[in-house]
Amino acid sequence: MSYRKFTIEESWAVTLPEEDLDTDQIIPARFLKTTIREGFGENLFYDRRFNSNGEVIKEFVLNRAKGSETILVAGRNFGCGSSREHAAWALADWGFHVVVSSFFADIFRSNALNNGLIPVQVSKRFLGKIFEYSEKNNGITLNINLMDKEISIPATGESENFEINSYKQNCLINGYDDIDYLASNLKEIEEYEVFKLSSL
Amino acid sequence: MTPKTLFDKIWESHIVKEIDGGPSILYIDRHFIHEVTSPQAFGGLKRRGLKVFRPGKTFATCDHNVPTINQHEPIKDPLSAIPVEELRKNTAENGIKYFPLGDPSNGVVHIIGPELGLTQCGMTVVCGDSHTSTHGALGNIAFGIGTSEVEMVLATQTLLQTKPKQMLIKVDGRLKNCVGAKDVILYIISRLGTSGGTGHFLEFAGTTIEKLSMEERMTICNMSIEMGARGGLIAPDNTTFEYLKGREYSPGRKNIKKGEIVEQSEKGEQGEVGDEWNKAVESWSKLKSDPGCNYDSIHLFSAEEIEPMITYGTNPSMAIPVNSAIPKAQPKDSGLSRALDYMGLEPGEKIAGHKVDYVFLGSCTNGRVEDFRAFASLVKGRQKAPQVTAWLVPGSKRVEKQIEEEGLGEILRKAGFEVRQPGCSACLGMNDDKVPPGKYAVSTSNRNFEGRQGPGARTLLAGPLVAAAAAVTGVITDPRELI
Repeated sequence: MSYRKFTIEESWAVTLPEEDLDTDQIIPARFLKTTIREGFGENLFYDRRFNSNGEVIKEFVLNRAKGSETILVAGRNFGCGSSREHAAWALADWGFHVVVSSFFADIFRSNALNNGLIPVQVSKRFLGKIFEYSEKNNGITLNINLMDKEISIPATGESENFEINSYKQNCLINGYDDIDYLASNLKEIEEYEVFKLSSL
Repeated sequence: MTPKTLFDKIWESHIVKEIDGGPSILYIDRHFIHEVTSPQAFGGLKRRGLKVFRPGKTFATCDHNVPTINQHEPIKDPLSAIPVEELRKNTAENGIKYFPLGDPSNGVVHIIGPELGLTQCGMTVVCGDSHTSTHGALGNIAFGIGTSEVEMVLATQTLLQTKPKQMLIKVDGRLKNCVGAKDVILYIISRLGTSGGTGHFLEFAGTTIEKLSMEERMTICNMSIEMGARGGLIAPDNTTFEYLKGREYSPGRKNIKKGEIVEQSEKGEQGEVGDEWNKAVESWSKLKSDPGCNYDSIHLFSAEEIEPMITYGTNPSMAIPVNSAIPKAQPKDSGLSRALDYMGLEPGEKIAGHKVDYVFLGSCTNGRVEDFRAFASLVKGRQKAPQVTAWLVPGSKRVEKQIEEEGLGEILRKAGFEVRQPGCSACLGMNDDKVPPGKYAVSTSNRNFEGRQGPGARTLLAGPLVAAAAAVTGVITDPRELI
């Protein structure tokens, strides 16, 4: 089953210069009770967007966003904690296609990739530049080129390359997913099972 | 031959295929599922028209959403009841073994896996839950996965994985009095940080680790994820084999009908059963890292450095000895000052003596019978502090039964506590067991994130003895003062 193809994207970014944003922050556990993948966006960062009386916390960046941004930039160790894929679903459902950070937690990175949400890992220095530019200029536009594995700040011309393995890059550009690939290997999997049994 | 780590050996024997410039197809021996992270995976299979490839290798339990009282009644909260019902339907439709609420084998997924002997040695074990790392304690590559990956395992019994880096964490020496496995792992995390293990798989070793019981080892591996590691493992030894011997799904116990253990009575079968077990132990005994093998990094700790620990902040690395003071926030460190602000604590303040409103004993970290023994040993002959609400939640039906059989339930009730029914409970407050905003909870669980135990809840992570000391005094107390 395929998802949206990704090649190049340029968008105004939401910047959240906080470290260790865990998946309980991204989507609190009490919102995990539905059995479909859609609709988590409305509860994204819920306890950061609303106070205990349900009133909007105006200072929080997502409450000041335009709503059309497709890129989120956050501090290091983004997505740590619980393995809940609901965090990736919530970010994608909100409208994000890319998350930029200097470091991603492992499970979050896989979950994001499995949902066509690109985790772009940049250097600490480049992340600092993004936050600094955004703060000075009340926002920032970023450009993500998946073909060249490059992230750039169009306003300054600064850029940096990011890592993504060629298998995943190819999947994302073409909108393939891992299950399609694995399911096409069932014969080899069966052969492995026979081989393993015989080697015991 | 190049010396290999234990991780290398298990990993290599599970590779189905390697992809050029990409990950490998890794075969999965054991797959556990629960109600929160599996419904969307079954939904995905249906949409694709795929069926479960190897239903006999997946086992299901409900634990996250379940109430911890009156489990014989239907689940009242409809939002919690739906995923549980979905799990029942999905497992029935696909021929997957399910341990429903009330079943003698039901419980928290990471408690029942080893307890039933479903988790053995040298396996690849996955579950849509980050604390799957627990199963590494028996010498397995065990790690948490997302729901898309749950779907992959259901559809193909494999995953696409890139081989992680490897880290050796060696703890040597004798632990001090009142210092347990939870203190050891909180101490390690406080030293290495919440992302110290990211991109790595951990191997725990050293004389301290070797001396730990099987259940204590599970507490250690359980929290590997809290330093960012996918998982952590410990080489199996006699402690492991003794633990697994005779368990319901352990080798040599194959005559199982309807979840009941059928004793092997016929003489003819005895020998066969023994053979199967001995053969398993023989092959498991080879699961060790070779001398001279390579790790990407190595950290050495001495057991004597470790004190009873407690956390003061909003991630598990913000931990200190219970008899010490909260660090003074650095002006630049926004994480620390935000955390202390949330916790309502002052930098430089002594943590002991701070008032406690709730105590939670349970979870996949500390919900086993040894944890209840430790808690009971301290509260015996004392009384629960009147202002403290205590939730004592066994990790499984078997643990619940054992608590009563050993007379621990009696000791706890005499001290003014009640033992609830099994589930994840207040660890993440997906059921009714939530800590109210602003209240302080000493919790034996694994995460003290903002809002983890309920919106605004203030969590202090600790081991069962520190939790017990807080429960009877109503304030954070060094358990050594009471023993």
